[in-house]
Amino acid sequence: MEICVCVKRVPMVGGAIMVTPDGLEVDTTMSGFTVSPHEECAVEEAVQITERLGGSVTVLTLGPPEAAGQLRDMLALGASRGILLQTDDTEWGPIATADAIADAVGGGDVAYDLLLFGNEAADTGGYQVPVRVAHSLALPCVTGIKGLEVVADGDWPERIVASREYRGTEEVFDLPLPAVVSVKEGINLPRYPSLPGRLRAKRATIETIEPSWRPNGLRKERLRVPEGAGKKAQVLGTGTEAVPALVGLLDELGVLS
Amino acid sequence: MTVLCLIETDAGGGAADASMRAMTVARGLARSADEDLAAAWFGPAEAVSPGELVAAGVTRAWAIGSAELPGYAPLAWARALAGLAADPSADPSADPSAGPLGAFGWLSAVVAAATDHGNEVLAHLGAITGLPMAANCVSASRTSAGECRLVRQRWAGSLLEDAVLEAPVALLTVAADAVPADAVQAGGEAAAGGEAAGGEAAGGEAAGGEAAGGVAAGGEAAISVAAYQPELADGDLAVLAAESADRRSGVSLASARVVIGGGRGVGGPEGFAVLEELAGLLGAAVGVSRVVTSQGWRPHKQQVGQTGTKITPELYLACGISGAIQHMAGCQGAKTIVAINTDAGAPIVTKADYAVIGDLHEVLPALVEAIRARRP
Ligand SMILES: Cc1cc2nc3c(=O)[nH]c(=O)nc-3n(C[C@H](O)[C@H](O)[C@H](O)COP(=O)(O)OP(=O)(O)OC[C@H]3O[C@@H](n4cnc5c(N)ncnc54)[C@H](O)[C@@H]3O)c2cc1C
Ligand SMILES: Nc1ncnc2c1ncn2[C@@H]1O[C@H](COP(=O)(O)O)[C@@H](O)[C@H]1O
Repeated sequence: MEICVCVKRVPMVGGAIMVTPDGLEVDTTMSGFTVSPHEECAVEEAVQITERLGGSVTVLTLGPPEAAGQLRDMLALGASRGILLQTDDTEWGPIATADAIADAVGGGDVAYDLLLFGNEAADTGGYQVPVRVAHSLALPCVTGIKGLEVVADGDWPERIVASREYRGTEEVFDLPLPAVVSVKEGINLPRYPSLPGRLRAKRATIETIEPSWRPNGLRKERLRVPEGAGKKAQVLGTGTEAVPALVGLLDELGVLS
Repeated sequence: MTVLCLIETDAGGGAADASMRAMTVARGLARSADEDLAAAWFGPAEAVSPGELVAAGVTRAWAIGSAELPGYAPLAWARALAGLAADPSADPSADPSAGPLGAFGWLSAVVAAATDHGNEVLAHLGAITGLPMAANCVSASRTSAGECRLVRQRWAGSLLEDAVLEAPVALLTVAADAVPADAVQAGGEAAAGGEAAGGEAAGGEAAGGEAAGGVAAGGEAAISVAAYQPELADGDLAVLAAESADRRSGVSLASARVVIGGGRGVGGPEGFAVLEELAGLLGAAVGVSRVVTSQGWRPHKQQVGQTGTKITPELYLACGISGAIQHMAGCQGAKTIVAINTDAGAPIVTKADYAVIGDLHEVLPALVEAIRARRP
């Protein structure tokens, strides 16, 4: 089974998020880069499926040249081919991103049985690229998936059964392949990259395509940290000495009865 | 022009709380340009009470359904909304000779809650129409025909983005947890951190407005709900949800009144025994950080955060958790956050309301003992 997984390079922000002085970007001078946990799970899911049913996993990203680093991280998990849709530093909106991805995965003639995505990008949280890709390629699509099963007819992957929890009930979708699916963290527990995997990833060649940008309709004017972030906690005490004060607080909050 | 809000209904009947919060933003947007507010839902007309709609300021409503559409089908739902938007009978002033997009003429925006369903349906609607879609908005106001100013969440709410949406029809989903419930009660503006939704939404329509999910006291049913039967093609129903039984068991993390959180500082799977014990005493749920789930100490369904569950308890007791922004994105809805951490310089100490500086494996057993001692 041939599977393509789309991942996005995002800053690895920890204890605090800061915005550049022009208010337009996240300050990344102190941070590394990563992909969303949803996308890491999508790669793990693809690798597990090909381990069971054969085939191979391609990882694809649209981003600056440095995003090749994230492709290599994913190759180390067991993907075998990396495609970089290389851009300059301008932010690509979801429509332009989806168009470029749809073109890259084959236009009208999709070379994959399954296209996997994260449910939403960790930074911009657009919640739409997979759906737009599915429409361009006229493929069925479902998002936010937490359970995936491939139904094969002999060696021929035929359908997938995808499930998610929604407001306390489980929703199950049955889709013919090829299909577009976005997944959420929790669908599996991603492995740590093996040493041979890392070495293979380091040596792999990354195929590069330069797509053309188009405007999106949603124009970012400014990023800012919400008010109220950065208050200072009242310290109740140190070690077990603080327990009476803590019990007093819980009592006051009405959670002890 | 009209702003249309998609309402999701609760299994037991009535509009979902998240949808009524989305309605608050939809109303703010409508008021900002003196437009009408309309609502649509999938299912029988009785699923949403007229009183509730009137109290929310809705003046027109559609119940969408057909025999072919047995349940949730993302593409079919989007197709139905596009069909309603293009239906001349929905808009008496529509020019039937206008093209499909021209027939969108009576609608200036479609708004839904940023739930799995809301985001998915609006993404499909965006793809069908070629329109941009903005997810997780916290406020929106119209600046001119074809242009809205909005505030939306990035990084699951750790950052806000001020943005301008240029589109003949604005497609928005609303980060319901960031729009205060009391804004619904007051019929006020959709606001987060003092963000004005624009317009004068706080005005007269508040009368009789009750909490989301409630029915307006004495609300006259001054609204008639029209039935809309969508025309669907076969392919629109290719993806259709089959629902299986209710899976809820135990105290649900998302709705727990008290959550006891554990992070890397818990040290390993065995370390959770004391958290479980405390949770048992308080009727609380256990929540964890991503380090805990990716180590396999605890299942992912207990993860709090950007890629886990968002919680809204009265009390969140975060033990051995550093307070990364992606974790805080999931617990910002807690009324009170108390941190127990060995490191007084941990980021969570600047984000919590109260902190105990110490080893959780000393503090928690002592806390459990002290609570037991108070009980007969
Ligand atoms: C896109 C993205 C999404 C993410 N989504 C999530 C998410 O949904 N949820 C989430 O939690 N994380 C998420 N993360 C990960 C997040 O950035 C942090 O890595 C994670 O939250 C850290 O977990 P932690 O606080 O348990 O561990 P650490 O950061 O290692 O902190 C451990 C803390 O425990 C304290 N400690 C140690 N021993 C003790 C002791 N004996 N007693 C008391 N305190 C002690 C330490 O001082 C430290 O502060 C995400 C990351 C990315 C990039
Ligand atoms: N720049 C990108 N490169 C590759 N995949 C992307 C990119 N942006 C978004 N995606 C994919 O689409 C999913 C949803 O993104 P979004 O709709 O932007 O929230 C992500 O989890 C990725 O799988």
